[in-house]
Amino acid sequence: MLNFSKINVLIIYFLFLFIAIFSFLNFQNDNDQLIKKKINLGLDLQGGSYLLLEINSDSLVKEKIQSKVIPIKKLLKDNGINYNNFKIKDKSLSLSLDNIEKFDLLFNSRKDNIVNPYIDNYRSHELEYKKIKNNQIKIFFSKFGLLTINNSALKQSIEIVRRRIDDVGTKEPTILQRGEKRILVELPGLKDPERIKALLGKTAQLNFRLVSDNNEFGTDELISENGEKLNISKRIIMSGENLIDAQPSIQSQNNEPTVSFTLDRLGAQKFGRATTDNVGKRLAIVLDGLIISAPNINEPITSGNGMISGNFTFQEATDLSLLLRSGALPTPLTVVEERTVGPDLGEDSIKSGITSLIVGFILVILFMFYKYKIFGLIANAALIANLFMLIGILTILEATLTLPGIAGIILTVGMAVDANVLIFERIREELKTEKSTIHAFDSGYSRAKITVLDANITTLIAAIILFAFGSGPVKGFAITLGIGIITTLFTAYFLARHLTSMVVLSSKNKEIKI
Amino acid sequence: MTNFNFSSKFKYANFLSLILFLISIILISFKGLNYGIDFKGGTLIELRSNNTEVSLIRDVLNNMELGDTNVKKFGKEGDFLIKVEQKNDNNKLIPEIKKNLSDNLNSDVNFRRVENVGPKVSAELLQSGVLAISLSLAAMLFYIWIRFEWQFSIGSIIALFHDVIITLGIFSLLSLEINLSIIAAVLTIVGYSMNDTVVIYDRIRENLGKFHKLDISSIANLSINETLARTIITSVTTLLALLSIFILGGEILRGFSFAMILGVLIGTYSSIFVASPILKYFKVSYKTIEKEEEKIVP
Repeated sequence: MLNFSKINVLIIYFLFLFIAIFSFLNFQNDNDQLIKKKINLGLDLQGGSYLLLEINSDSLVKEKIQSKVIPIKKLLKDNGINYNNFKIKDKSLSLSLDNIEKFDLLFNSRKDNIVNPYIDNYRSHELEYKKIKNNQIKIFFSKFGLLTINNSALKQSIEIVRRRIDDVGTKEPTILQRGEKRILVELPGLKDPERIKALLGKTAQLNFRLVSDNNEFGTDELISENGEKLNISKRIIMSGENLIDAQPSIQSQNNEPTVSFTLDRLGAQKFGRATTDNVGKRLAIVLDGLIISAPNINEPITSGNGMISGNFTFQEATDLSLLLRSGALPTPLTVVEERTVGPDLGEDSIKSGITSLIVGFILVILFMFYKYKIFGLIANAALIANLFMLIGILTILEATLTLPGIAGIILTVGMAVDANVLIFERIREELKTEKSTIHAFDSGYSRAKITVLDANITTLIAAIILFAFGSGPVKGFAITLGIGIITTLFTAYFLARHLTSMVVLSSKNKEIKI
Repeated sequence: MTNFNFSSKFKYANFLSLILFLISIILISFKGLNYGIDFKGGTLIELRSNNTEVSLIRDVLNNMELGDTNVKKFGKEGDFLIKVEQKNDNNKLIPEIKKNLSDNLNSDVNFRRVENVGPKVSAELLQSGVLAISLSLAAMLFYIWIRFEWQFSIGSIIALFHDVIITLGIFSLLSLEINLSIIAAVLTIVGYSMNDTVVIYDRIRENLGKFHKLDISSIANLSINETLARTIITSVTTLLALLSIFILGGEILRGFSFAMILGVLIGTYSSIFVASPILKYFKVSYKTIEKEEEKIVP
């Protein structure tokens, strides 16, 4: 175990230097980087916001089932199936039919089925029906139909969240899907996430609807910005989808902040027609079920440009424009988890983390020197090499360093010497029975090998499980602990062993104490 | 090499461990664990404000009628920690609390940390925490079973259970908060304690093969003595590193490092006084390891 061929020594030191040199990349200036690799600081160290958003597709499912009413009625009529008792329940439809067999054939047909499309990926229809009693059936979305709705809503939401956050202009945001219903948002450096939370909390479904004189069927009673109750027609003239741009502006007459918008061609046509036909009536601008304003239509607007005023502050006008530009979220988003760390706490954490690392490191080094003298120095050299390699690997992986991650490094320092302690203690024992010092060292190393491996693999198992289950900062701990074990094994079994062999071989079998 | 007679103390130690274990179980099931917002849901706000008192902050919060709230000093002078229990996802709560505090405390308020965990997420975090600990115990059981015999595997798992339950029992006794970082600490304790146990087991296995005439108690005693220097030195260096985090690492890492310190102490004790004696109850002898060798090499 003490013989190293020249080529082995070369490989060991080359590997060490190659990895360790990466740790210095973290000290270079941002401007003159040769290799752009660096350990990233976690949100808990650099400050910032972590948000976990959840979509709720219930309202979407209700909407979608309602949109099936007309196609289903048409299907029944076109094929001469009589029905009655057609009811819309929460997320299902119920009706009575006189010919369920014929309905079944049409409803479950796989070819050109517009009413109930067949989803190839899932080998399932979008809708299902169930017989309740006699001729009464219930129609609802199949498991895969719901999944399709959910997935497309999630994808769309991620896209819109990204647009809104990009529009606010935070640096390097991370936006990722988490599971089936969630979106993870990380905003490094953000001091106060309230504005972004407010922006993400609005679905921003905008539509233009006429104000009706009476509360006849087909109107909603909505409340306007000044508390006025208005009956608004359910028919949507035009919605936010037709907007191609929206910008805040200041109205020249009264200095009031407004949002001016531009419509696409289709929107401009729709808007032009509706305003031409309804001059003199009031047009309500409805955002998320609330009336922003309900101005009179004084003249037809055919240019495709318009303006929304509604007693905004300039900030509100800016935010509304941003929301309209980014488009509407398909479902409301809820913040189900939030973690925000201010930049000064992050700095404090870095300081205390580094301080405790240095102090812990010095204590361990002094103790090892006190305990093993010259071989303590070898163990300490291995420990320093270990630290550089650990940081080097973290740099190569561009891993994220968190506060628990720093704790993981300190813990690695404390536990890393174990490998060398095991070996040295074993050598001490062997020295008692072996006459040849070299032999004692040799068998010490080879006998301790299995124990060192076993002992470290158990900690590695814990680190891997922690990495798989942990979130955020805790994951950072698992990373440093896990990589620390690997670098520990390398430094103890290659670097320290080579240094030991040089000491032992150069002593020419003189008495060596350990 | 030391020559302490550990095996004569095994009985008393096992009795002590059993009592501590039972007390811990009773504490955990009746007094319960003090779950932080990670596992209970709710809102946590750390703020720094120089001219204010806990009572002033409490008054502001009481006026908002938020239900169960908790305000305390946190680390340095002028730092406070607020916890608000909250059963549903209310995205307006944090801005309201911030505004009320900024308006009503007559000094600058710096919100250093805000955490909010909804009820669904906290339930999931708790579930995955329990799952992670169970899975790590199962993985250890499996690993030792492969590397040693089943008797060793059971012995080490009992020792791990002992460590985890007593650590949690002490947390329950002192009403210390259980959060995500404590789960990380417990998992690391599992790894560390196992590490310690494996070193002694390795030596017991080796000595079983060497000294056929000695009974398991003497073998265990010999092996513990032979590895004692290593056990102590490694515990000392690990504790030095942990003490450094505990004292200098700041308020956020305090619970974590405290749990780890407890775990290292209990884990070191258990690998000597729990994991080793158990082999005696399973009547482990040199035949146990020889049988296994025959099986592997037919």
